[in-house]
Amino acid sequence: MILAVIIIYFVVVLFIGSISVRLFRNTGEDYFVATRTIGPFVLFMSLFGTHMTAFTILGASGEAYHTGIGVFALMASSSALVVPSIFFFVGPRIWSFGKRYGYLTQIQFFRDRWDSSALGLILFVVLLAFLLPYLLIGVMGGGTTLNQITGGLIPEWLGGLIVCGVVLIYVTTGGMRGTAWVNTFQTLVFMIFGALAFYIIVKNMGGLTQAMNQLALQHPELLVREGKIQPLEMLSYTLIPLSAGMFPHLFIHWLTSSKAENFKFTIRLYPISIAFVWFPSVMLGVLGTLNFPGLKGAAANSVLIRMIEMHAPGALAGLLAAGVVSSVMNSLDSQVLAIGSMFTQDILEHYGWISKKNERQHVLLGRIFVAAFVALSYLLSLVTNRSIFRLGIWCFTGFASLFPLIIAALFWKRSNKYGAFASIFSVIAMWLFFFLKSGSDQNYTLGGTGIMPVVLMIAVSSLVLIVVSLLTPAVSEDRIKKFFPQTRKFSAASPVEA
Amino acid sequence: MKITLYFLLGLLYLLHNDLFLWNDECLIHGIPSGLAYHLAYCVAATLLMTALTYFAWPEGLEVDSDKDPAV
Repeated sequence: MILAVIIIYFVVVLFIGSISVRLFRNTGEDYFVATRTIGPFVLFMSLFGTHMTAFTILGASGEAYHTGIGVFALMASSSALVVPSIFFFVGPRIWSFGKRYGYLTQIQFFRDRWDSSALGLILFVVLLAFLLPYLLIGVMGGGTTLNQITGGLIPEWLGGLIVCGVVLIYVTTGGMRGTAWVNTFQTLVFMIFGALAFYIIVKNMGGLTQAMNQLALQHPELLVREGKIQPLEMLSYTLIPLSAGMFPHLFIHWLTSSKAENFKFTIRLYPISIAFVWFPSVMLGVLGTLNFPGLKGAAANSVLIRMIEMHAPGALAGLLAAGVVSSVMNSLDSQVLAIGSMFTQDILEHYGWISKKNERQHVLLGRIFVAAFVALSYLLSLVTNRSIFRLGIWCFTGFASLFPLIIAALFWKRSNKYGAFASIFSVIAMWLFFFLKSGSDQNYTLGGTGIMPVVLMIAVSSLVLIVVSLLTPAVSEDRIKKFFPQTRKFSAASPVEA
Repeated sequence: MKITLYFLLGLLYLLHNDLFLWNDECLIHGIPSGLAYHLAYCVAATLLMTALTYFAWPEGLEVDSDKDPAV
């Protein structure tokens, strides 16, 4: 029964993706950013669905299983403030430049802003490298979910393969419009069924108060942060959500909006929506210690699925599992689309390997590269054993450390390509250093102080960007006028109706 | 108004550090106090974001784009 529900769910997802093909205009702009026609509701659902990943649903519950309720403060409530703030200060401005100058990727923006082709190339490599762990999160999450919910009938390797296959089909056929539509459907599914799962499981455990009282008796350490999370660690974590400002898959969704005002809907609903999704995930993670004590390391990532399997019967378990799978696929699809877009626009077209006018060739080659990259991610997922949560943190650390770039590009006229290069190289060097150094210690902080590497990385990348920019020639006056026109009054105090 | 909202944004960022609840095991309707605080924090963030979109929305974005269509 569970397997049947999952199969039906995949069929529905593929159907939604396929009907979007009817609106396809056979152009690169339509394939990659839906010709910038997405309205406020779909924009919110696709941004939120893309941002909420297996990291949220599986990783957070797995981490809460070990660390307790502090996980919510670490990632959820900080994201609830930081991410919509990024959408407020950065998103509409990027959209405006994107529409004005026809950008399809974030690399096009940075390359144009600082007038450097080489900068685009190095960014392409770095963004892909940081995106790879994020893709692994999705593939591993999908495999874990399908394996657990079918009682081992689908092995993890096959589960990951199925998720990759379904995503590839609707992304390659439906492009961004198909992805946005499927994202909307899947976000509704995982929000509704996530809440339903929480309600049913807690009810089966005798109600929230009774279940938590029992937890307080058996594992009181999970109700507090003392001994589990250091104050400086929590402060450090508030910088991790800055990664949202540099995610290629969120960036590409920003470009799809039909107008800047559409962002308002997303900005307003984002904080409460994060709470809506993370609260059940964290609570079920800590409650999982009552039903499934003794899970070690990454095995705790499956605690949510185990809880669903234990407390929800038959078809309902399938629906709830579909909600988890949908959160996994929601991010994977936008990530592979962003990769395809970057490859065709920033490499093949930019370096003249394909003609600007040959739209069909753009789409075809984008699809091929996407398939190759997903295959690579899939193979790596088979040999990776880090916990989903920790893997995500390293990916987010890299993107967050690049965040000063987008701020400098949008708000600092004096910034230039030399500063940007220096900043990127500092991030690469520090990321490699800390990643290798922390290899055996998944809770690594600077000198054991609780301060995470992301703090130092952002500080250094910002400082390097500023100092090197000031020591080297400024960009041309034409470039300044292009990105800081006199008529553009970003800082106006009064509300504006577009 | 815009300056006030930016100040509140900074204040809310600081309020994320609820050290006073670090070791509080108290349950509020079954929800640990540390978690309840951060749920309330999300509500406060929602209100602040809503205010920002009403009173500090950046000017000129749509107009510029309409003037200069995609190239």
